[in-house]
Amino acid sequence: MSLIAAVDQHLPVIIVLAPLLGALLVALIRVEIASWPIAVIAALVSAMAAFRLVFGVETLGVVSYRLGGFAPDLGIEYRVDAVNALVLLLVTGISLATLVYARRSVADEIDSGRVPWFYAMMLVAMSGLLGMAITGDAFNAFVFLEISSLSTYTLIALGRDRRALVAAYQYLIVGTIGATFYVIGVGLLYLSTGTLNLALIIERLPDVTSPRALIAAEAFILVGIALKLALFPLHAWLPNAYGYAPSAATVLIASTATKVAVYLMARFLFGVFGIHVELGPVSVTGVLIVLSLGAMFVASAAAVFQRDVKRLLAFSSVAQIGYITLGLALANPAGLTGAFLHIVNHALMKGAAFMAIGAVLLRCGSSRLDDLAGIGRTMPATSVALTIAGLGLIGVPGTSGFVSKWYLVLGAFDDGKGWLAFLIVASSVIAVLYVGRILEVVWFREPSKTALAAREAPLGMLLPTLLLAGLTILFGIDAEFPARLAGAAASALLGGRP
Amino acid sequence: MAETLLLAPWLPLLVGSVLVAVLRGLVQDVVFVAAPMLALVFVWMVPQAAGPGIDWLGLTLMPIASDPTARLFGTAFALAAIGGAVFALPQRSSTERAAALLYAGSAQGVVFAGDLVTLFLFWEVMAIGSAVVIFSNGASRAGLRYALMHAFGGVLFFAGIAASIGSGGTAIRPFAADSIGSVLMLAGILVNAGAPPVSAWVADAYPRASWSGAVFLSAFTTKAAVAVLIRLFPGEAALVPIGLIMAVYGMVYALLGNDIRRMLSYSIVGQVGFMVVAIGIGTPLALAAAAAHAFVHILYKGLLMMAAGTVLRATGTTRLTALGGLARSMPFATAAMILGGLALAAMPLTAGFVSKSAIMQALAEEHAAVAWFALTAISAGSMLYAGLRLPWFAMLRSSTPPPLSLATAPAMKLAMGGVGLVLLVVGVAPSLLMRIVPGIDAVAVLTPDHILFQLQLLIGSSICFVLFLGLLAPRARAIRDTDWLWRSLPQLLVNAVRAISRRGVATIPSRAEVEAKKIRDLSEAWMQRTMDAGNWRTGDIALVATALLGICLFIAAM
Repeated sequence: MSLIAAVDQHLPVIIVLAPLLGALLVALIRVEIASWPIAVIAALVSAMAAFRLVFGVETLGVVSYRLGGFAPDLGIEYRVDAVNALVLLLVTGISLATLVYARRSVADEIDSGRVPWFYAMMLVAMSGLLGMAITGDAFNAFVFLEISSLSTYTLIALGRDRRALVAAYQYLIVGTIGATFYVIGVGLLYLSTGTLNLALIIERLPDVTSPRALIAAEAFILVGIALKLALFPLHAWLPNAYGYAPSAATVLIASTATKVAVYLMARFLFGVFGIHVELGPVSVTGVLIVLSLGAMFVASAAAVFQRDVKRLLAFSSVAQIGYITLGLALANPAGLTGAFLHIVNHALMKGAAFMAIGAVLLRCGSSRLDDLAGIGRTMPATSVALTIAGLGLIGVPGTSGFVSKWYLVLGAFDDGKGWLAFLIVASSVIAVLYVGRILEVVWFREPSKTALAAREAPLGMLLPTLLLAGLTILFGIDAEFPARLAGAAASALLGGRP
Repeated sequence: MAETLLLAPWLPLLVGSVLVAVLRGLVQDVVFVAAPMLALVFVWMVPQAAGPGIDWLGLTLMPIASDPTARLFGTAFALAAIGGAVFALPQRSSTERAAALLYAGSAQGVVFAGDLVTLFLFWEVMAIGSAVVIFSNGASRAGLRYALMHAFGGVLFFAGIAASIGSGGTAIRPFAADSIGSVLMLAGILVNAGAPPVSAWVADAYPRASWSGAVFLSAFTTKAAVAVLIRLFPGEAALVPIGLIMAVYGMVYALLGNDIRRMLSYSIVGQVGFMVVAIGIGTPLALAAAAAHAFVHILYKGLLMMAAGTVLRATGTTRLTALGGLARSMPFATAAMILGGLALAAMPLTAGFVSKSAIMQALAEEHAAVAWFALTAISAGSMLYAGLRLPWFAMLRSSTPPPLSLATAPAMKLAMGGVGLVLLVVGVAPSLLMRIVPGIDAVAVLTPDHILFQLQLLIGSSICFVLFLGLLAPRARAIRDTDWLWRSLPQLLVNAVRAISRRGVATIPSRAEVEAKKIRDLSEAWMQRTMDAGNWRTGDIALVATALLGICLFIAAM
């Protein structure tokens, strides 16, 4: 009993350390056969710790963990509340599913000498993302941001396609600019408050005499994070990065990396600065709404014209992130619940979609839309998962995408913005177009030669894909569990600083 | 209460849809036909009350709430599904079968829905099912156009529902088109009903389905919209002119058409126009008459679509110009087409006469003179295209018949015979229909003066037909329809804007022209990059990020 109690005390740090140590182990052993089991076990430990922590948070409210026992104003505090508990659960769960999925795909796509490095980088990226989500320290968040980013650049560069190198390089430059902006903002905050701990910053903000430094800090931090989460029009690095990365890496970064960045933005917007701060004559929410709408419409329209399915889905990701930031900008309970629900739901459906495309890539060697012709006949289970994910992207009733859009629309009406609600649903008509293109090619075209030669994906890839697709349906029909977590997150954010 | 849920008429169809997708062979055939039969049984077994509520997203959904209107439409939908399934037995496409059952099941769900959200959920599933029916025939572009049109209608409907929840919750209740929410809802429903200006989707999509798929398509979507209009917008005055336009539009295009199934699709719009007018009148008799007409229309339009499907399957074409002289080789289909056409034209002793009499009487009682005269004239026109022109040019006229590749299968004969029999029985004994549509039992149908008046009308139009035979002969030509609005207009507008801007540029002096060209090239390059974001230069991304930061700081500093 005492062991469990002792473990329970250290849950927050176990979540981050398990993948980090796993990565170390993989890198030291560097044996190809051993890498995958170690990675899965490390992710499993982390996921179990996160799962346990979520229930701890539901009963206790806030779990605070002091690294090395130092007080928050000196040391680093890990702080888990309803908001990041949800993100932690999501990131660990998706990472675990991705790692289970990765074995066959990685063996096929990565040069054999580099496989251990690939798994090590996956685990480092996971650890960095979890650290960003769990830490209550603004500078520590920067450190983890860099950890996750650097490993992500490596993951993308490991792609077979030579364009992957360019994409990784571009992401490297852009990501570094974003991180620099962020750290400049944190520096300004430190100058005006004398602390890096978020909770203490919030306490000391009312005493700050110069609002101008604060506003500059807000601008730097928000633009920096906006680069990381690919907010329109800062999204240009994303389609190539997603498009040319190895399949498993695409799944991981598409369903977790941008989501954690969104979480960080929500934390700063609501927790630290307060959403209703006016930036001169224009409010933050106004800017955010305009940019979100731009993402929803322009990126969706761009998705329609893509020839490569991975790039198409990447553009759709930019659009879907627009829904999430729109929910943040609404800043009322229903809108925020919708935003956090969509963080979860979009991670699940986009994860399923990229996994399905990865399986097609394994069997057909191409992710060009035309090469997918008639793949539904030879890879029916994979295609069903892709179909479910696509319907979720549209927001068809019965999939989780409908539930999150429903909350967003309610949020828009609560805010008295009926036109916004109309734009939210109108943008899904464009989604019908790009998803319809995929589904038409997959199900109703005559199979091409490569499609006829393809077999159903191996079970190890199929099961995680179907799991995520199944959750998309399950959360569309019985949304009670995710809606409860998202609602708790929303009220925690809104209650923290009304 | 949970038993009520198990008796939901949509349940066997949706389960059957999944089973049909998985099963193959004879078992699939059995499930395909048995599912709609079970649905018919459930329609009559489910208690006439609201079923249990299910909590979802903080709303209470009522997936099953039966009343006489629901039962009437449920019966018609189930009959159409049974007929369509039997007729489609020689069609061995599992995709089409699964989609058809999904489509039929969600149509049942729409009429039995107990609240607006449930209604919307089934409404969307119905759009998916019907789109897949079209897709499964390989008509991908038409299918995508169809899906987009219904996604658009669904968006309007959804926004309307979300806006209306604030005032009165999700209960199904009569609305008046006076607030933005209810207007959006009405617009969304009318898209599905095939109202102007988007009527053209019906005739664009339905002829693209397979010979068997069109039978299902002709039954559900537009009539489900009629059922929803009866519930949500009874007596909405705007519906009268809308319905009249639909009736005229449908008749004119059906008279001009060349493809049988296109004509029949136009005729759907026209007949739904009759129902919409009656709903706009809104008296209890008019509403009951609209429902009864929907019931009968589903049957005779199903029969006509079956006849057209038989011709298509045997000859590979449904163009009137290519057909003719089929009466001897396809007697069954010919008889079905004549019977269906006469029912459409409201010939006495067919079911069409019963329901059309009810609509006319409802109009007369409300002294809606314009509508009465217009619809009477259109009835005569219906006789022209459906009762005479269609069977004459497709089947009866002497011409070299196209070679037949496939004989009519027994299952198809059974389906046509069954539906035809129902039409005749209801026509001879109208009290049968009145028993399930209690609102119209006051209408005296088979009285000598009624029959005489209708016969005069029909004979008059027959004389017209003989006189203007040459004028009515089918011609192979493209007819401009309202889908010009979304298929040609955007291109024309783009061209016009381009021409105007070119002319505008030409008037600017030459130095400015160079500048203008530079700016235009730049802006075009930017447009291109925004749309195809993957190909931005890294420097551009950094520039945009810096610009965004600069703007934020600048605004803050002001």
